[in-house]
Amino acid sequence: MQITSPDFKDNARIALQDVGLQKALGNVKTGFPHKRAAAIARLPEFEQLRDEARDLKNHIIEHLDLYLEAFEAKVLENGGHVHWCRTADEARQTILKICQDKQARTVTKGKSMVTEEINLNEYLEANGVTPVETDLGEYILQLRGEHPSHIIAPAIHLNLEDVSETFHAHHHKPKSMDPAVLMQEAREELRTKFVAADVGITGANFLVAETGSSIIVTNEGNGDLTQTLPKTHIVVTSIEKVVPTLEDMTLFLRLLARSATGQEFTVYNTLSTGPRRPGDQDGPEDYHVVLVDNGRSDMIASELREMLRCIRCAACMNHCPVYGAIGGHSYGWVYPGPMGSVLTPQMIGIEQAALLPNASTFCGKCESVCPVRIPLPKLMRHWRRDEFEKHLTPGAARWGLGVWSFVARRPALYRQLTRIGSRVLRSLAGKKGRISKLPLASGWTDGREMPAPSGKTFMQQWQEQQKARQSS
Amino acid sequence: MSKAEILGRIGRGLGRIEPTAAERERVAARLAAKARNAIPARAQLPEAERQALFIEMAREAAAEVIELSSLQQVPSAVANWLQQTGIDELVVASDNPLPELCKQLPETLRVRQGVAQAGDLASLTLSFLGIAETGTLMLYSRPESPTTLNFLPDNHLVILQRSDIVGVYEEAWSQLRARYPDSLPRTVNMITGPSRSADIEQKLQMGAHGPRRLVIFLVA
Ligand code: SF4
Repeated sequence: MQITSPDFKDNARIALQDVGLQKALGNVKTGFPHKRAAAIARLPEFEQLRDEARDLKNHIIEHLDLYLEAFEAKVLENGGHVHWCRTADEARQTILKICQDKQARTVTKGKSMVTEEINLNEYLEANGVTPVETDLGEYILQLRGEHPSHIIAPAIHLNLEDVSETFHAHHHKPKSMDPAVLMQEAREELRTKFVAADVGITGANFLVAETGSSIIVTNEGNGDLTQTLPKTHIVVTSIEKVVPTLEDMTLFLRLLARSATGQEFTVYNTLSTGPRRPGDQDGPEDYHVVLVDNGRSDMIASELREMLRCIRCAACMNHCPVYGAIGGHSYGWVYPGPMGSVLTPQMIGIEQAALLPNASTFCGKCESVCPVRIPLPKLMRHWRRDEFEKHLTPGAARWGLGVWSFVARRPALYRQLTRIGSRVLRSLAGKKGRISKLPLASGWTDGREMPAPSGKTFMQQWQEQQKARQSS
Repeated sequence: MSKAEILGRIGRGLGRIEPTAAERERVAARLAAKARNAIPARAQLPEAERQALFIEMAREAAAEVIELSSLQQVPSAVANWLQQTGIDELVVASDNPLPELCKQLPETLRVRQGVAQAGDLASLTLSFLGIAETGTLMLYSRPESPTTLNFLPDNHLVILQRSDIVGVYEEAWSQLRARYPDSLPRTVNMITGPSRSADIEQKLQMGAHGPRRLVIFLVA
């Protein structure tokens, strides 16, 4: 996948003018937040579960090596295999090798963001193995040659019209504008692929150390067909997904569906533990877990450790005004929204992704809905600081900040300058009380008017009020 | 090689080289204790209310619940449902009491045992437990009950005993562990309603890749 994060500003400008995208994004704002709020209203213990989930994740990360080893031991005991991969490249090669050992030609895939992260599809294809995405949204995107714009609703940037045209072009059936008909077409197309596939690849929402199980959570049932029908099941997942016990997994499951889609529970919550057992008539003969690090272990020593709590529910992007305005593709890589603005600099480098942690108003909505209470604004600030220290911040901004910090440390000068500034702005605004053109700030005034200050600074008003109070 | 490297990096990130004895003990203790976290109060109910909650939640998730007063009523209830739906074939799991029950199905119905194939219209299996909290079924794989039966056919028919309805997931884990103390079955399926997707314009459509309809025969 091509990285376009350095072009974030251009991406965002284009996205804001894209009529189709803006219509589609309307579905995010009206859908997910309301459903989440309704589901939480039915579970009085929700806030308590969030606290426990945060604490449990912290405990897991503090003992991550031990839980991973316990998980591995249990997988081996059940007849499965575990592959530890430090980099994306190593993970891709490991997966390809398993496919080649099985002489696999086609691979069905359940939804997995980690396989997006390691760019698996392009790599498999280049090496003669055809991946087939089976999640409806992912399937639509694969036909269109696109990548997901959202971590749980990958095709949320598209409208019915787009899907209708794509299916018409690929399925050679009469064009339909009925979502039910379109889904039926996909169902029929994919049925034969499920049965024919040599290998099935899924992600995992959690790994259970106690039992050596992986769990996937889906509404469609595609993940289940993907991991049941082929002879080989490969679970591609990342090291922070491990949880101690089934009870601990349950704590996260209660939070996940409600935070993500606002459902009480996702339709299929499926545990997989090793390959088929003696006497079983179906299920894979081989079970592999590919554990991907890809920069995660490096996050433990820094503030970013808190990001490892993320359970990929997407609540932060569903509630983010920036995501809601520009959509996921503008972020230019796999993970969009607030969680992406924290993760992407870690995974592709702050040099390429510096604009992302700056694309936030710090309204705090993301942190307020995060089920594991990740302080996303604080972590974005971590990257802003890092960017500044590495001298990646643009010259004008550095200069501006330098001037500001010089003035801010001299109260008398500060007060005098703000007094002048406030009066100048006031006079620029005229009778209307709003400023429609401002030198050096066209980035603000091109899109909207700036409210004018009252003409007096905060300090002046404060002193006047104090005086008025004393005399009354 | 990468294993050592990843574990080493984690250890260094945590500011130590090897896990301490205290850390090892904490992990072993947590894995052994299988302690419960906070559990919502709403599903911790006496039997009758618990069963009523299961039915309510399952229906909310778009499952069909057909209440029967005895196992003997299952064959005719299944036959009726299939007839009304216009289906004349059924693939069934083979654990007791299914073989006996199937003998009482009408002869016009083509009944097969074993795994499901693409194109199968209906399957009949047993559910291990029902979980009232969210109207969820718990099934697991075994030689007599292949997993494809739960996912490939267009319609999934499930028999659940009323007495097998527990309140919350935690009770289901305890019962599963009691049955499989050393190692879980290859797969455990928690199923809440029929398959669905909202991937096209966030409009919910039923019957994505799994069964379009989930029918629970709830037996007293
Ligand atoms: S950061 Fe929090 S809200 Fe965002 S996806 Fe992760 S867990 Fe969900």
